[in-house]
Amino acid sequence: MNVAAAVRRPLHPPPVPASPFPYHPGSLLSIMDLTVEGVSHILERATALEDMDPLKRDDILAKRRIALLFYESSTRTRTSFELAAKSLGADTTLVSNLSSSIEKGESLKDTGLTLRALGAEAIILRHNSSGAAWLLEESTHLPVLNAGDGMHEHPTQALLDLRTILTHLRDGATHVTPETLAGVTVTITGDILHSRVARSNMLLLPRLGAKVILCGPKELLPEIAIGAGPGIEIERDFEAALRRSEVIMMLRIQAERLAGLQLDLQEYKTSYQLTGQRLAALAPQAKVLHPGPIIRGMEITAGVADGAQSCILEQVTNGVAIRMAVVERALLSAQQGARA
Amino acid sequence: MTAIAIRNGHLIDPAAGVDAAKDILLKDGRVAEIAGPGKLKMANGAEVLDATGLTIAPGLIDIHVHLREPGQGYKETIASGTAAAAAGGFTSVAAMPNTTPVNDSPEITRWMQAPERGASARVFPIAAATRGSRGEAVNDFAALKSAGAVAVTDDGRPILKDSVMREVLSAAARTGLCVIQHAEDTRITQGASMNLGPVSFKLGLRGMPAEAESQIVERDIRLVTELRDARAHLHVAHTSTAAAVAAVRQARRNGLRITCEVAPHHFLLTEEHVGFYNTHAKMNPPLRSAADRDAMIEGILDGVVDAIATDHAPHAAHEKEVEFEQAPNGITGLETALGLSIQWLHKEWKMPLGRILSLLSAQPAALLGLKNRGTLTIGSYADVVVFDPRAEWTYRATDSKSKAKNTPFNGWTMRGKIRWTISEGRLVYTGA
Repeated sequence: MNVAAAVRRPLHPPPVPASPFPYHPGSLLSIMDLTVEGVSHILERATALEDMDPLKRDDILAKRRIALLFYESSTRTRTSFELAAKSLGADTTLVSNLSSSIEKGESLKDTGLTLRALGAEAIILRHNSSGAAWLLEESTHLPVLNAGDGMHEHPTQALLDLRTILTHLRDGATHVTPETLAGVTVTITGDILHSRVARSNMLLLPRLGAKVILCGPKELLPEIAIGAGPGIEIERDFEAALRRSEVIMMLRIQAERLAGLQLDLQEYKTSYQLTGQRLAALAPQAKVLHPGPIIRGMEITAGVADGAQSCILEQVTNGVAIRMAVVERALLSAQQGARA
Repeated sequence: MTAIAIRNGHLIDPAAGVDAAKDILLKDGRVAEIAGPGKLKMANGAEVLDATGLTIAPGLIDIHVHLREPGQGYKETIASGTAAAAAGGFTSVAAMPNTTPVNDSPEITRWMQAPERGASARVFPIAAATRGSRGEAVNDFAALKSAGAVAVTDDGRPILKDSVMREVLSAAARTGLCVIQHAEDTRITQGASMNLGPVSFKLGLRGMPAEAESQIVERDIRLVTELRDARAHLHVAHTSTAAAVAAVRQARRNGLRITCEVAPHHFLLTEEHVGFYNTHAKMNPPLRSAADRDAMIEGILDGVVDAIATDHAPHAAHEKEVEFEQAPNGITGLETALGLSIQWLHKEWKMPLGRILSLLSAQPAALLGLKNRGTLTIGSYADVVVFDPRAEWTYRATDSKSKAKNTPFNGWTMRGKIRWTISEGRLVYTGA
């Protein structure tokens, strides 16, 4: 038998299913769950809800029950989800791994089923394991909002980053298309390997026309990152990347996920720290973003974090608006029937 | 024991070079007579199985299964695991030693083979190479062999120390046993739960590099080369990377006694099948890249692969319903191996059926030195599978005879439906 010919024949085992089960239409597990139109809808609702009379807004989800299930500590994400849900009138309850039966060994599935039995209509999940949101959604069939799963994704962060970028570069546009960010280069710098924020952003921004440059040392940015999606490039030279950037997104080094990786922090700072000097010389017009928590003096200097180009606190504020829209979508899209 | 006459079927016995219409008579657990259609002379009083339109072949032999006993009966028992084997056409299975406790003793080796286990297929224990599979103290291979062990391995816990692996290879060679290595440099796979590549990056999962497998295979080949005079036999378990197959191919050209097996999931699936954290696509070695998968097919077609082995690894449902990184490795495989092999290797990729059957019986029997098995000549064990090679069917995990349902092949179309499985003259499975 001619082996080579046999092997060259196209191999076509049954295709991989796009999704293992039909998601709840209100779920947001990955930024890829949203079409560009869906992104627009969230941006529009975020602005509308933000502008609404708080007393009227309070009726939208009056007395609906939302659980926040947090397996990792969080300041911004947890608080803004909680404030977002409450400002729509919902009742929220927080379950954290440190003060619940999770400590006694209860599984994620059982924890989710318990929350559902207690009347939760949606669960906002922060978890240290990549993919945990899929497991929770499959177990409970409730709308699940992924508030960060391991090293995987943090879709609401990408949406609030987008809102911040649009505010400054596109006059606060809420309607986006595949061309909206054409000509915009966003550099994401630092611990890409362990960053769910980086993954959600690198999957979202190119779909709106932006170019995403990933920047960092090999240990924190493996070459395989380029295969994550279209519109992504790798640039190891931070200064070269800065020169081309309209937006600079800095990331914290996630010491808790380094898993034995040895990194010379002094060398890292020399190569990749965003300093006032670098910013002034190479990207004097660029906007500086950071998902937080920031480690002043590590990836970013205090001067830059507090400086005129910094949008860091604006991002935090945008988090509440975006999460209002996403929470509303979670509970109201259920009534619109299953998504295709 | 009643005699069984299988009539009107088509016998394929690759080891004997038979591929013809034959009737076959099984008596006292052995093959008693083989004759042309309607020509059996000694079949008086025998139970007759009409195999019109069916293929008769030596019972299949899986040299890599986890039966979970002793100690993990909630996942699988020897009875349930071998019932699944019989349903898949297997009459012999070689059971890995990662039980609780580890099978590193003649006592456990005998216990696994005892009639009380209620096995539907012959169980050949593979004993641990080192005490407790801890990779330090080498076991007494002669004692294990006389208790019935057919090979030694620390499967799942690869032997990393060169000195220990050298000692294991040379002691096994003296005893006439094969050393099976799960090739994985666990020093570079810490915390990893799938193949390292663009998919693992995208999913935010730590990945196992292909080199973790190939470097151990290359190290082991070097040790076998050093022990060339002792004729050490190394068998590479569940080969999954192009580099490992290439290393085995080269070593064989150099005249070394190196064999390897490939599991159906490694010649069919790729890392893309992990999809959205499907724990039924998590095993070790992991599903690899498309190039690696194609190299497995090429290895099977060009003959460097000696056996198709399933690495049947049952787990309880609750163990797989957890976060991907926390889920145990492994999938079931006994009931789907033949159906997948015929559907893909034969029908899609045009491999002759006889060669597929050889990879599932004659070659694995030769590899482990299982005498009078893997062939149907007069006097050999009456281990027989009768199946319809053209029948299409759909695998339903819920119908599995295994206690476990952790398979990525649920709902897949298979070809080749088992009608009867006969183990040492005993009808152990009758298909619909």
